[in-house]
Amino acid sequence: MEPIKIIDAPACPLPLANVDTDQLIPARFMKEPRSVGYGRFLLHDLRHDENGRPVAGFILNHPQADEAKTLVARRNFGAGSSREAAVYALVDFGFRCVIAPSFGDIFASNAVNNGLLPATVSEADAEALLAALGESPAPLRVDLEAQRIAIGELSVAFTIAPTWRTKLLNGWDDIDMTRQHAATIARFATRYASQRPWLDAGPPPLITRG
Amino acid sequence: MTMPTTLFDKVWDAHEILRGESGQSLLWIDRHFVHEGSFHAFNKLHERELSVARPDLTFGIADHYVPTLTRRLDAIGDAKVRGMIEQLADNTRRHGITLFGLDDPRQGIVHVLGPEQGLTQPGLLMVCGDSHTSTHGAFGSIAFGIGASEVAHVLATQTLWQSRPKKMRLTVEGELAPGISAKDIALTWIARLGADGARGYAIEYAGSAIRSLSMEARLTLCNLSIEGGARCGMIAPDATTFDYLRGRPFAPRGAQWEQALAYWQTLKSDDGARFDREERLAAAEIAPTVTWGVSPEEALPIDARVPDPADQRDAGKARQLRDSLDYMGLAAGQKLTDIVIDRVFIGSCTNARLEDLRAAAAVLRGRRSKVPGIVSPGSTQVKRQAEAEGLDAVFREAGLEWRESGCSMCVGMNGDLVPPGERCASTTNRNFKGRQGPGARTHLMSPAMVAAAAVAGRLADVREL
Repeated sequence: MEPIKIIDAPACPLPLANVDTDQLIPARFMKEPRSVGYGRFLLHDLRHDENGRPVAGFILNHPQADEAKTLVARRNFGAGSSREAAVYALVDFGFRCVIAPSFGDIFASNAVNNGLLPATVSEADAEALLAALGESPAPLRVDLEAQRIAIGELSVAFTIAPTWRTKLLNGWDDIDMTRQHAATIARFATRYASQRPWLDAGPPPLITRG
Repeated sequence: MTMPTTLFDKVWDAHEILRGESGQSLLWIDRHFVHEGSFHAFNKLHERELSVARPDLTFGIADHYVPTLTRRLDAIGDAKVRGMIEQLADNTRRHGITLFGLDDPRQGIVHVLGPEQGLTQPGLLMVCGDSHTSTHGAFGSIAFGIGASEVAHVLATQTLWQSRPKKMRLTVEGELAPGISAKDIALTWIARLGADGARGYAIEYAGSAIRSLSMEARLTLCNLSIEGGARCGMIAPDATTFDYLRGRPFAPRGAQWEQALAYWQTLKSDDGARFDREERLAAAEIAPTVTWGVSPEEALPIDARVPDPADQRDAGKARQLRDSLDYMGLAAGQKLTDIVIDRVFIGSCTNARLEDLRAAAAVLRGRRSKVPGIVSPGSTQVKRQAEAEGLDAVFREAGLEWRESGCSMCVGMNGDLVPPGERCASTTNRNFKGRQGPGARTHLMSPAMVAAAAVAGRLADVREL
C-alpha cells in the first residue's frame, strides 16, 4: 500500500449526510472484478439520471473532479453495508482521503486497509470546509503527520485512531504484521481449544455442490 | 475480589491473543462465514499465495445472489449472477471449506442459517463480510461485519485486529403491547439516537422486555444494531437461548453440552459492571413504527405524520428532510397511514424466521393483499417448517408469491428488484436510496405491519385489524 503523508490536490465538496455504501456503489455493480476499475461506479445513481446520462452540476461530473484526491461530506459517511467495494470505488476514482464529521464503522476500517484516509472533523469544521470549497473542486491540503487540513487561510484539525494513522503513514499491511505473531497465535489456539472442547464437537463437514 | 465485568468484556478478554503497542487487540475468531461477495478476499489470498488457516472454522453460504424462483444453478439466466454462486463453490472446494450451497437442504441466509444449525453459540467471536453479522450477538456472542481485506486476514490467520469499543447498555423495561415486536424496539431506539447514535459502542440489550423476547425476536433486535451504527449488539444467554440451541446439528452434545452450559451460564454482566453509556426505553412507549425516509433513523410511530421541513430550525436538518421527502415522493405533513404502496416484501436476515412468517400470516389469513408481493423465507428449513404449518397457503391465497430462501429483494443482487419509483412495504433493514433497486422507495416495518399494509394497500396500523 502506498503510504500517505501529505495530500495536496483538489477536493470535491459533497454536502450530503448519510451517504451510505449502497449509494457509494449500488449492489448491481458488485459482480464485476476489481480489474474493470470501480471508479466509474462511484455514486453512480447520484451521478447519472435514469437514462444513464451524467447529471449536470453533480460534483463528480465537474471537469476538475478527475484531479481530486479528497472528498468532503457531512455526517455518517459510509454507513451501512460492509461492502469494501465502496472504498474500491473511491480509490479507483482517485480519492485518497474523505473528510466528514463521522464515518460508518466498517467503512472506516475498510478505507484504512486500502490506503484511503478517513479524516474526522467537527460538524462546524466540516461546514466551514464545505463553505470554503463552494460549488466546485478546489485545492486542499491534508497533512496526516500534523493531522491538519488547510484551504487557503482556513486550517482545521482532524482526528484518526493512532493505529490507523501509523498504518497509513507507513503503508503497512495487517497480514504481514500478524504473521510475525504466528507462534503466539498457535499457542493461544492450543490452549483455547483445550479449554473449550465443545467447539470441536460439530458433525463432520458435509460438502455439497453449489 | 475481581472487578465486576460486562458480558462484552468477558467474551472479548477470552479471545484476546495479544495487545499490540498501539492498543489494538489481536482476537481469535471462532466462526467465520463467507458468501458469494467474499470473492475479493479469496482473490487477495490467491494473489499472495496464502492458504486458509482454519477451513474447519470457516463456513460458506450461498445467499446474496441465489435465485428465489429456482434451486437449479443452470436455470439462472444471468451468467454473472450464476458466476458468483459458482465462484463461491469453487473457492470453498479449493480450500476445503464446508459449503451450504444453493441446492443444500440447509441453505439459508447466513444470519438465519448460523443460529438454526447451532453454529452460533454463546461466548463466541464471529465475523462475516456482511454488516448484519451483528445478528448473532443475540446468543451472547460478539459478532460483527467486516470488509474484504479483513475477510482475507481472517482466512489467512483466523485472527483479527480490533480496537476495543466502548460499552453501552440499552435497557428496555416493561411489557410490549400486543402487535409490537423487536423491529419496533429497534426502529424506535434508532430514530431516537440516530443512525450513527451508537457508533463506537458495543450494545448490550437488557431489561425485562428483552428477557421476554423469543430467540427469533432477539435475533431481529441484534440484527438492527448496525443500523444505529453500533459495532455489535448482544444479549446475555439464558434459558431461552439454551432451549433454542439444544439438539441443533452443530450444538455440543452429552457431556460436552453440560461443560459448555456451565461456561455459558457465566456469560452475563456482573452486578455493578460499568458501562460507558446507559440508555433506557420504556416498553409501554413503543408503538408500531415505520420508516418514512431514506435512513433507518427516519422512523415514526404509524399514527404520526411525515415531518415538515418548515418546522425544522436547523437549516442542515431541514435540507436533509426535504431531500428524503423528495426521493420518497411524500408531502410534508401527510399522514403515514395515507401513504399508498405498490408492493410488499417479507424476507431478509432481519425478519424471515418462522415466527416472522407466522406473524405476517396471522394478519393475512382469510384476507387478500391489495398489492403484489414476495415472501422469501430466511432459510430452506424455515420454508419447510412454514409449509408444514400451511403458512405458504395463507400467503398464496392472499395473492403473494411464495419463493425460495435468499437475501432477495432486501438488496436486489439476485435480480429481485422493486421497480423505479415504486413504493414497497418491507420487513428488511435498509431504506437507503436505491437499496431495493434504482429509484425504489422502501418503508421498513415489522412482518405484521407489512401484512397490514398489504391488506390495506397503504401503510396501516396492525392494531386496527
